[in-house]
Amino acid sequence: MYTQGLDQQGRPAAKPDALETAEQLAAFQQRVDAEEKIEAKDWMPEAYRRTLIRQMSQHAHSEIIGMQPEGNWLTRAPSLKRKAILLAKIQDEAGHGLYLYSAAETLGVSRDQMVADLLSGKAKYSSIFNYPTLTWADIGAIGWLVDGAAIMNQIPLCRCSYGPYARAMVRICKEESFHQRQGYDILVELCNGTKEQKAMAQDALDRWWWPSLMMFGPSDINSKHSAQSMAWKIKRFSNDELRQKFIDVTVPQAEFLGLRVPDDDLEHDAETGHYRHGEIDWQEFIDVLAGNGPCNQQRMAKRRKAHDDGAWVRDAASAYAAKQAARHAA
Amino acid sequence: MSSKEWPLYEVFIRSKSGLSHRHAGSIHAADDQMALDAARDTYTRRNEGVSIWVVRSSEIVASDPAETAAFFEPAEDKIYRHPTFYDMPEGVENL
Repeated sequence: MYTQGLDQQGRPAAKPDALETAEQLAAFQQRVDAEEKIEAKDWMPEAYRRTLIRQMSQHAHSEIIGMQPEGNWLTRAPSLKRKAILLAKIQDEAGHGLYLYSAAETLGVSRDQMVADLLSGKAKYSSIFNYPTLTWADIGAIGWLVDGAAIMNQIPLCRCSYGPYARAMVRICKEESFHQRQGYDILVELCNGTKEQKAMAQDALDRWWWPSLMMFGPSDINSKHSAQSMAWKIKRFSNDELRQKFIDVTVPQAEFLGLRVPDDDLEHDAETGHYRHGEIDWQEFIDVLAGNGPCNQQRMAKRRKAHDDGAWVRDAASAYAAKQAARHAA
Repeated sequence: MSSKEWPLYEVFIRSKSGLSHRHAGSIHAADDQMALDAARDTYTRRNEGVSIWVVRSSEIVASDPAETAAFFEPAEDKIYRHPTFYDMPEGVENL
């Protein structure tokens, strides 16, 4: 799932490292401009490395935290089929986190460091996972909207200038399509069901629509890292462009379900072919990112507990490996 | 963090017999068997492989990207190694 203007978070790129020469920087930019992929051990500006480490690790953290809202419904899925599907999807999210952590490690940051930054609260993750999943319909809405928004963001990342990130994204994008479809499938079934089921689907759309739009990050005029990320070809489209694309494809899907998009100002502009949408509540976005969303504390507490509860397993595996190695050496 | 980080393994997957193993990514594991199991769970959830190799990343010897030009230079000027170097006389076929 889920990058979201992740490049927006954290400090702006610092000035070039003192040891980097203008020739090195120009040669690097030339490679990027020629659409050459940058590989792990290649020379790169420190600011490029830092930007990628921040974005990729935050993307990985988002996958890991993203398992929680869905895991909430695992034991209460309405059928064995839905439960098996949801379990597979959550397992994919763990896998996506692992692909991304390993890709980020090629930049010289350790896994332990990234995990420590998540647990200490230093590193951010996508704001969308700080919203609660109150009903089963939320699982449908997450697949359809949240994964749908993630796909919009992630498809251009498959062409990112950094090879290991681009390759991880190719793998992830192949799997996201299943995620989005299973979500929509849940909502199709609810919308074809009883009045109460349809109302549940509408309620989920009402709550997830705006947070999903926020996943694309701040509007272009307030986007502080965009220009540099574009020049480095880490990012290919602006936040607003991607958000617009998402709205354009998603509104007709809502109409098919017979659901109403909760935006009074939404209208189709026949001239441009795009939907015009209402004002996004950016204060809410800022608040949730700052840690004041409905579930921030709960998500972090659960992640820390899971990490602590798993300590004995990690220790046991290490002890077993050491014993085997000693026996082998003897 | 109660223990030190598990070693990193690089994962190579043969997608079907007849094809070579190809680098898929990497994983951390305490030992070789765990590395294989984790590689399977992480990289072949959809039948992407029929065989997996894992090797400790620290065991891989790699060429230096900064030396790429010099390292591969010996092949640069030997264009006669390519069939297109040779002009075949007109009228000669199957060559």
